[in-house]
Amino acid sequence: MIHEISFRPLKAMFAALVLMLVVVTSAQAELLIRVTEGADSAIPVSVVPFAENGSMPAGDKVSSIVQADLAMSGEFRPLPPEKMLSLPSKRSDVYFRDWRLLGQRYVLVGELTRNGDRVQARYELFDVNREERILGETAAAPASNMRSLAHHISDKVYESITGVPGAFSTKLAYVTLDRASGEPRYRLQVSDIDGKRARIRLESKEPILSPAWSPDGKKLAYVSFETGKPVIFVHEIGSGERSKVADFPGLNSAPAWSADGQSLLMTLSKDGNAEIYQMNLQSRKTTKLTNHWAIDTEAAWDSSGDGIFFTSDRSGGPQIYYMAKPGAEPRRITFGSRYNARPRPDASGNYVYYVHQRDRAFTIARTNLKNDEETVLTRTGSDESPSVSPNGRMLIYATKQSGESVLTVISADGGAAYSLPASEGDVRDPAWGPIVR
Amino acid sequence: MKLSAQTKVLALLFSAGLFAGCSTTGENMDEEGYGSDVAAIDQDGGSTVYGGSDQDGISSSSMTEEERMEAQQQAEQEALRDITTFYFDFDTSEIKPEARDVLMAHARYLSNNPGQNVRLEGHGDERGSKEYNLALGERRANAVQRFLIVNGASRGQMETVSYGEEKPAVMGSSESAWAQNRRVELVFE
Repeated sequence: MIHEISFRPLKAMFAALVLMLVVVTSAQAELLIRVTEGADSAIPVSVVPFAENGSMPAGDKVSSIVQADLAMSGEFRPLPPEKMLSLPSKRSDVYFRDWRLLGQRYVLVGELTRNGDRVQARYELFDVNREERILGETAAAPASNMRSLAHHISDKVYESITGVPGAFSTKLAYVTLDRASGEPRYRLQVSDIDGKRARIRLESKEPILSPAWSPDGKKLAYVSFETGKPVIFVHEIGSGERSKVADFPGLNSAPAWSADGQSLLMTLSKDGNAEIYQMNLQSRKTTKLTNHWAIDTEAAWDSSGDGIFFTSDRSGGPQIYYMAKPGAEPRRITFGSRYNARPRPDASGNYVYYVHQRDRAFTIARTNLKNDEETVLTRTGSDESPSVSPNGRMLIYATKQSGESVLTVISADGGAAYSLPASEGDVRDPAWGPIVR
Repeated sequence: MKLSAQTKVLALLFSAGLFAGCSTTGENMDEEGYGSDVAAIDQDGGSTVYGGSDQDGISSSSMTEEERMEAQQQAEQEALRDITTFYFDFDTSEIKPEARDVLMAHARYLSNNPGQNVRLEGHGDERGSKEYNLALGERRANAVQRFLIVNGASRGQMETVSYGEEKPAVMGSSESAWAQNRRVELVFE
């Protein structure tokens, strides 16, 4: 169940690009997570430090990682271990009365056992009010991969309580910009969603933007200016192999994968102005899906895979539109303000998230597609690049903090917020990866 | 750009005269169109420009100092071409009125120097979404390109690229920084 994540050395790279680019696979400065705001409605849960049999690898404890994951979701309020009255590791040691007194709804206990190169976790989740075990499992991972083990446990706990799959084992792609050395260094990085285990996948002196995950989580499409203009690449993360898929005159931008991974939506201006096209990645054949003098860009498939959301300024300013199928007559979705852009629908098909101008501030908002109700989710002011978690429960976006771009995670209803400031330079363009089974 | 107030006034007068000239020589603007007509006026020198002006006092005095004016205009044109960055309002790609004289000077220069190439780099401020800003930067660069073509430059001399909000001229999140970042830069190669 636990995926081993390996970083093999690079193979085939375009010789011509070697001069300009360095693709690095070594560990890099990690994002730091800081809790900035909690939701009032968060569920009280206790993650009891796991008992340990045998020597455990150095680094963060598995239970600490689980606790941080649950807190990050905004849906849980973990009890700090120092406030716990006891530290049970199995059912017989759990005194439900104590946990009720502490106001806890759920308690997670467990133990880790070293087994050669591997570590096995046995863990149980209890409903305090019903005094029932609602989850019990063992899982194992290489000792070098305790974070994956922890995220797996977080996913299971999250699903047991909410009924929705957890997204803690997923990956995050983002771009950092480091100006410290004089000339700018743009770095495309992939990390865990808590910002840990960041690895640089591409480094360039020229801008990199709009990373987009393939549905299998193995590839990233993105826009790179390394040749002096925006060009779309598809990059296989495991091998580092990449190919230039769109290098037409003008814009080659805003890539978005189809659910089958066989095609990309993209914005090209080869025929005059920015229009949305679909490219078959095998044949590289493009089909034009919009045809308007206005800017049409930032396309994304809806959850059904039939329709396409996109940004168009055909009404005068940017607004969100929806085509029920490729090439169909677009329907305008947003009316609440003069600037709405970069739609990102969630997997449930209930909401679409986007950049929304309210007064002078740029915020993230969502529209309920069932009743057209719009909710502004953020208050920070220069927010952009919303990306929804694959389970639809969290949202990451870029915002400004003392002049630098940082990433913030909020619950999808706007109730809680966490910042992921990069330890150096600024960080932008987050893309939340898929759940990989 | 270090144009004195006097020079700017002269530049404005010059362009006013030029527009007046265009309007009264409208009969020449048949199949050749607006752009080539302007180029033709330039080749004829300043006299044609002021010939049909309805601003009575100005045309009579300038006619008597034709040579001086011509030299002055040459200097004006060169000075104007020192300006290579053009600014835009938020979420628009409309060329501002104050940019027109300078862009026309660039267009004339490109028209007179067919071997000269220029790269038009479009940019936006940091607000709003990145990809929309990328498309907006392109539209700004295209607007400048069209203006230059209409005024005598040829398409083959120009290439456009948009950087969107990726390469701000000025760091910071103030109205002033944003205003300086919404721009098209002419980069002569």
